[in-house]
Amino acid sequence: MPAVQETVERVKRIDVDQYRYGFETLIVSEKAPKGLSEEIVKFISQKKNEPDWMLQWRLEAYRRWLTMVEPTWARVDYPKIDFQDIYYYAAPKPKKAVSSLDEIDPEILKTYEKLGIPLREVAMLEGIEPKVGEEDPARRKIAVDAVFDSVSVATTFKAELKKAGVIFMPISEAIREHPELVQKYLGSVVPTSDNFYATLNSAVFSDGSFVYVPPGVRCPMELSTYFRINERNTGQFERTLIIADKGSYVSYLEGCTAPQRDENQLHAAVVELVAHDDAEIKYSTVQNWYPGNSEGKGGIYNFVTKRGDCRGANSKISWTQVETGSAITWKYPSCILRGDNSRGEFYSIAISNGFQQVDSGTKMIHLGKNTSSRIISKGIAAGKSQNTYRGLVTAHRKATGARNFTACDSLLIGDKCGAHTVPYIEAKNSSATFEHEATTSKISEDVLFYCIQRGLSQEEAVGLVVNGFVKDVLQQLPMEFAVEAQKLISISLEGSVG
Amino acid sequence: MALLEVKDLKVRVEEREILHGLTLTVNEGEVHAIMGPNGSGKSTLSHVIAGKPGYEVTDGQILFKGEDLLEMSPDERAAKGVFLAFQYPVEIPGVATMNFLRTALNAQRKARGEDEYSTPDFLKKVREVSKSLNIPQDMLKRGVNVGFSGGEKKRNEVLQMALFEPSLCILDEMDSGLDIDALRIAADGVNALRSPKRAMVVITHYQRLLNYIVPDVVHVMSKGRVVKSGAKELALELEASGYAQFEDA
Ligand SMILES: Nc1ncnc2c1ncn2[C@@H]1O[C@H](COP(=O)(O)OP(=O)(O)O)[C@@H](O)[C@H]1O
Ligand SMILES: [Mg+2]
Repeated sequence: MPAVQETVERVKRIDVDQYRYGFETLIVSEKAPKGLSEEIVKFISQKKNEPDWMLQWRLEAYRRWLTMVEPTWARVDYPKIDFQDIYYYAAPKPKKAVSSLDEIDPEILKTYEKLGIPLREVAMLEGIEPKVGEEDPARRKIAVDAVFDSVSVATTFKAELKKAGVIFMPISEAIREHPELVQKYLGSVVPTSDNFYATLNSAVFSDGSFVYVPPGVRCPMELSTYFRINERNTGQFERTLIIADKGSYVSYLEGCTAPQRDENQLHAAVVELVAHDDAEIKYSTVQNWYPGNSEGKGGIYNFVTKRGDCRGANSKISWTQVETGSAITWKYPSCILRGDNSRGEFYSIAISNGFQQVDSGTKMIHLGKNTSSRIISKGIAAGKSQNTYRGLVTAHRKATGARNFTACDSLLIGDKCGAHTVPYIEAKNSSATFEHEATTSKISEDVLFYCIQRGLSQEEAVGLVVNGFVKDVLQQLPMEFAVEAQKLISISLEGSVG
Repeated sequence: MALLEVKDLKVRVEEREILHGLTLTVNEGEVHAIMGPNGSGKSTLSHVIAGKPGYEVTDGQILFKGEDLLEMSPDERAAKGVFLAFQYPVEIPGVATMNFLRTALNAQRKARGEDEYSTPDFLKKVREVSKSLNIPQDMLKRGVNVGFSGGEKKRNEVLQMALFEPSLCILDEMDSGLDIDALRIAADGVNALRSPKRAMVVITHYQRLLNYIVPDVVHVMSKGRVVKSGAKELALELEASGYAQFEDA
């Protein structure tokens, strides 16, 4: 059997067995009644002790949502979602305010331990070689906000961050404690009316992270949020808002996992980033929601709106994503390059296997003068999956000197999968320079055989070649996560778990 | 002792028989040259020994250290000591040569039940070997064979041969595309690896290479068979008279 054929056979057999995060945590949880109505919106708002302005904001979004229809332009195919058959709120019980980790349900602590996520405030991650010039990773700290179903269960290093003036807390807390900031920025990048799922999220979002970095502050540690869906038939609608004030810098990472279940679950998040003058936000995602089994049953519908606003001059927003999970991914982290000389970046690795469907990409909207953007997308399709890159690059009439470079590479493993590239380019300004490169290739039998002749197994060879293919993007991830992501990439394509 | 025994080997590619009953015995410590015109099946033989997919063995046997080689997967063969230096080494973008060398070496060691090399031991070994082959450390940071010149690619093959310490080295047209200086460096590297425990099969179209790597035995291959074997002088004879005499053998 030719090497590639064998790879294809093996990859075909891959399914849930590879998904290491598919376990369920047995805890009692408190849920809102099933379905969606104004009552449910009020219920959620009440649960969170929200001020009235927040409730009104939600209700307005809800009423608007009722008038909207689901988008159908993406290259994804799924049965109609019954929005009345979903729980919109689930929280571990008892839900009393916890002031220290010791008060958190031990089952939940165990869950995060199993997921490898540090909820203890220790400098983490051994066994990683530091890059030249980097500080010793053993002493690097990572602050974590852990969101379990609809609520944040723990946030670490809050005190230390506060000393630096950085606010890092669940958004539900920020609504109560920093209403002026939340009111000013929430919905300012992704308006409540933006799109079907964003509007839905605006009505029912339950938790997520809030970050504010004051002027001139370089956030002293990596911030991260781990989203975990546990409850059955529950949607997760998290909302993240990150503001980098003038001259500040923050690097933020989100990770996502969910139990394996036969039914599909909806995840409709909204992420808003605002970068003021000279500020920089680096946002990384390692998305590993449950992808469904080998017959395409189950898995998360990942319908997410992520957008960054380079509001100030010389600001910079950089998105890096490693997407290996979810049954369906519909996601276009974008940048609005409003400030003069602002810069947007999008680095993406999207791996699809089994019956997964990925329609992902980015939008770079050039509005200010001399703005620049860079898009590097690596799509890997295996099994019977479909993998689409969809991108939009536009330059406004006033965006003189706009520059974009786009490179989209797709790698196919086997002949039952598909890779598609849908780039839209619109330059309303004649001084814009947009470059676009795209390649699609099949994993080469000769390259695999070369590796195998040198002693690598079939699977190791595929892992090595794929990791080489995505290297440019992996390098963009914070070092700690690059190592994790590399493993994840190999696992999602291998026939066995190492 | 016979290290490699190929007995009456018949091989098909896409329904066409390419090797029609090939027999070849290589003992430990020997260097054999296989010469023959283009299309005579030299690369096919090397691929079948290494276990490249796409070839159907319809008859015959290949024994390696007395074991049935055809029963083993290609990576098992590598771990047992079969090394093929490719005529056209492939490029693997994004995979640093150093990382590749280590991954491969440790995979082989693991398969043999040996401990993985520690980082300092590995680096020391690579440094020694690459120095003797005139391979700059910079080259090892680049993607495997990416942007390498023809000579660099061949030296990289010899580097791997030296690192992995195989007991059988098959070199397929090592001289193709090399100028005389590059050829000399590569050949010196190969000669340094000659040892009483190791055998080499040097496949070449031209006699030139055999001035640098002097064989113990020379075989002439034509149309999927070994048609003549002799001592190293046979190569010179061929150089003078050409392959035509064997064409209708
Ligand atoms: N993959 C293949 N498909 C079809 N024919 C092949 C293939 N590989 C080799 N052949 C044929 O087998 C014969 C021997 O080829 P090869 O072993 O490459 O010869 P050599 O290395 O001696 O030049 C040639 O006629 C060639 O066309
Ligand atoms: Mg050949």
